Amino acid sequence: MSTTEGYMTADGRQIGGVVMEMKNITLKFGGVTAIEDISFDIHEGEIRAIIGPNGAGKSSMLNVISGFYVPQQGEVFFRGTKRAQLKPFEVARQGIARTFQNIALFEGMSVLDNVMTGRLTHMKAGIISQSLWRGSAEREEMANREICERVIDFLEIQSIRKTPVSRLPYGLKKRVELARALASEPKLLLLDEPMAGMNVEEKEDMSRFILDVNDEFGTTIALIEHDMGVVMDLSDRVVVMDYGKKIGDGTPNEVRNNQAVIDAYLGVSHD
Amino acid sequence: MPEQLFFTIEVFLNGLMTGVLYSLVALGFVLIYKASGIFNYAQGVMALFAAMTLVGIMEGRVPFAHLINAILGTKIHHFGWHVNAFLALILTMGVMLLLAWLVQKVIFKHLVNQEGIILFMATIGLAYFLEGVGDLMWGGDIKTLDVGIPQGLNLWIDETTYNMFDYGLFIDNLDIYASVVAAILVLVLVGFSQYTKQGRAMRAVADDHQAALSVGVSLNFIWIMVWTLAGFVALVAGIIWGTKSGVQFSLSLIALKALPVLMLGGFTSIPGAIVGGLIIGVGEKLFEFAIGPLIGGATENWFAYVLALLFLVFRPQGLFGEKIIERV
Repeated sequence: MSTTEGYMTADGRQIGGVVMEMKNITLKFGGVTAIEDISFDIHEGEIRAIIGPNGAGKSSMLNVISGFYVPQQGEVFFRGTKRAQLKPFEVARQGIARTFQNIALFEGMSVLDNVMTGRLTHMKAGIISQSLWRGSAEREEMANREICERVIDFLEIQSIRKTPVSRLPYGLKKRVELARALASEPKLLLLDEPMAGMNVEEKEDMSRFILDVNDEFGTTIALIEHDMGVVMDLSDRVVVMDYGKKIGDGTPNEVRNNQAVIDAYLGVSHD
Repeated sequence: MPEQLFFTIEVFLNGLMTGVLYSLVALGFVLIYKASGIFNYAQGVMALFAAMTLVGIMEGRVPFAHLINAILGTKIHHFGWHVNAFLALILTMGVMLLLAWLVQKVIFKHLVNQEGIILFMATIGLAYFLEGVGDLMWGGDIKTLDVGIPQGLNLWIDETTYNMFDYGLFIDNLDIYASVVAAILVLVLVGFSQYTKQGRAMRAVADDHQAALSVGVSLNFIWIMVWTLAGFVALVAGIIWGTKSGVQFSLSLIALKALPVLMLGGFTSIPGAIVGGLIIGVGEKLFEFAIGPLIGGATENWFAYVLALLFLVFRPQGLFGEKIIERV
């Protein structure tokens, strides 16, 4: 299935070619191996999930993709070219946006300002014209603002546009974080446990938004979740990790019937 | 109107002008503290260093002249030219930019994620180092700085008030210029942080490092930028103070006066730094004027600290600082 060509999903959507490929990634912290020789790819336009029990190395993998961790071995290919060792901000400038498991928002800013920071990588006007807010800078500001407003509408957070983020409840913060990532019009969107700590209703909302984002903007999404049920409904293809190793890769159905995956989740002794 | 009242007004205005300088130094602190959590003890020395560099360039002094002469046995001190004040200002700004880059590259790049106290100690080291380098570069003598700001009594105000109230208010021209320059500087800084991409990135870094990285902001770049801005602010403070009382070591001690200003205004608030500086400036002058004679004078030395102490007791977050609420 993981050819460089696109493929057709079960519900009849056409998926594009490979946008990101991880090859033989190994990541160690001192003597602990967080990720051991894992390879997988992400196709354009698909929702790709990385699942596994706690401590399987999912978050580490996401951090490797977004440049927060540096793997000891392995190569990362993004849009056809091998990626040099990049810092997180350089990865972001390449068009890879992310959210965090423990929410990293600018607490002192309003929701709108937070979303606007997602446009930073797209702003080009010079310092002088920006501070005078004239000409190109003004037009640019307007265009950026418009994109942000569209994202805000889309995620149904208009009513809290001007509210300082620090006053929002957890579930809404998660949504604002998603909005900020979306505002950057990412080529790849990484979601670190987007449903963690949410109640059933919030989870349903978030699932709907993830599907809608993928559907409406055609955004490629890679997400991490340990809640099996949610993932199976959402994603096109799933990578399963356990103890830093890849134990399964395929459509939700394939993965569900994979014996190694069942063992990992039901807890068969490792020997 | 009674003369006493006019005298009080004069003292008040005088304090306001002194306060402007405190504000400027405090502003330098706030910029760096907000963006990097570093409490920069060297801010005062930076003002001294900037002023020394400006004088050195304007007078065409040879940097490290004493060192060169000692090693090579030569006797050079001056290039023999004088640089125009404006050009010298631009060059000094360049030096402050270079300094910011070096400070980040050599010191703080290696101290990322360290505790605040360690960063603070590093800035103490930086302060003494910079002081030494400044002396070595430009010599330790007291220098006069004249960038063309008019000094002395403002005749127009004196005459106008004399004609109107029969009492001529004594206002120094330098103080008027200083206030205008400081006001412009503050407006530019506020505009910069509110409306530019770099300003937004700066606020982002001040708020959350991880989130800033994830939206494509380079922390290193922002930190060099805030050190540069703090360097520019230090330069302005150095020029004003240096013009007033000569470029000499005591200039670096205004940093100590900025501490109570920060306690009043809060460590993270730009308006706080401004208002705090003005309150301390006015407060200490009025206190000295009204209470000083009763208790033997010299109250200016300690008034600011006592005021800060009171604030620490009753409003530890300062006037504009964010209130710290611990959730349990």
